[in-house]
Amino acid sequence: MTGSAPATRRAELLAGMKATIPLVIGAIPFGMIFGAVAVTNGLSPAAAAGMSAFVYAGSAQFIAANLVGTGAPAAIIILTTLVVNMRHILYAATLAPHVKRLPQRWLAPLGFWLTDETFVVVIQRYEQQDASPYKHYYYLGSALLMYANWQLCSWIGIIAGQTIPDPTRWGLDFAMVVTFIGMIVPMVRNRPTLAAVLVAGAVALLAHGLPNQLGLMVAALAGVGAGMLAQIFPGAGETPQPAKAERAP
Amino acid sequence: MNEFMLVLGMAVVTFAMRYPVMALVGRINLPDRVFQALRYVPPAVLSAIVVPELLLPDGERMLLAPENTRLVAGLVALLVAWKTKNLLLTIVLGMLSLWGWSWLLSALTTAGG
Repeated sequence: MTGSAPATRRAELLAGMKATIPLVIGAIPFGMIFGAVAVTNGLSPAAAAGMSAFVYAGSAQFIAANLVGTGAPAAIIILTTLVVNMRHILYAATLAPHVKRLPQRWLAPLGFWLTDETFVVVIQRYEQQDASPYKHYYYLGSALLMYANWQLCSWIGIIAGQTIPDPTRWGLDFAMVVTFIGMIVPMVRNRPTLAAVLVAGAVALLAHGLPNQLGLMVAALAGVGAGMLAQIFPGAGETPQPAKAERAP
Repeated sequence: MNEFMLVLGMAVVTFAMRYPVMALVGRINLPDRVFQALRYVPPAVLSAIVVPELLLPDGERMLLAPENTRLVAGLVALLVAWKTKNLLLTIVLGMLSLWGWSWLLSALTTAGG
């Protein structure tokens, strides 16, 4: 795609789909295991399929399915969903300057279809310097493929969960973990982000005993706090440096 | 539990995190500090999800041992992600090491016992 960037609607749509294929592959086992875990934990097939269709947020759905299994109240599950999905504010804010000329009939569905995966793919397209007027078709292509795949895989998992006993023993739920590892590592490009990752992980371990998955919220907030602190104050034993000096190659 | 209300509530809060900011930020200005803090949300949330998955294989006790197949596979994934920055390769090699390592462990246990 270097040199001649796609310039027609169709080419942008197909290019967006193509760039999303690796992430779709990572989502396949994750979607199937969500469906299976959801029905195994007592959600009805309709509610599990409804979550994939209307919430469309993999990690939040997966955590919700686990919370349903522990008998957590709906209000706690919804609150956890809110906290887990807060990262989308960042994605939306990052994309906003690129999509601000689009009409609402584009913005609403594109917003609904915003995921970690589609964000990572689409922002790279928007940051390319060419003046293609159809970059939102690239976004649409990525979103449609992710969404269709997520529905299909959820349904397969829902059916499997009703017929196969204990689907988690195959370890397919681990696909989410390795996908997230593959997404975290490239994000860690400076000390504050490393601090956020390490503190969030450590606090998540310490706080995992808290009821109703509250540990996740505490850990996420601690991680964000650590990132901000590391950014404002240089580390102990470290010489304070001007911001420019931190950008080592 | 009312499943309809659960799905509706989750759908509403999720959409509220995605759409309004995308529609409005072009027109309003958020303080820089908010953007800076938001930048740490994705890595922090993802790490808070991943670390317990690796270190608490049964969801209760920490297991820092080769018997913890998830930890071993997670470390392989970490190494692959760090060295290659290739997501697909990270997923494939991570899952293969999970299955390969647990197969190896069970083969060794059978041979030893």
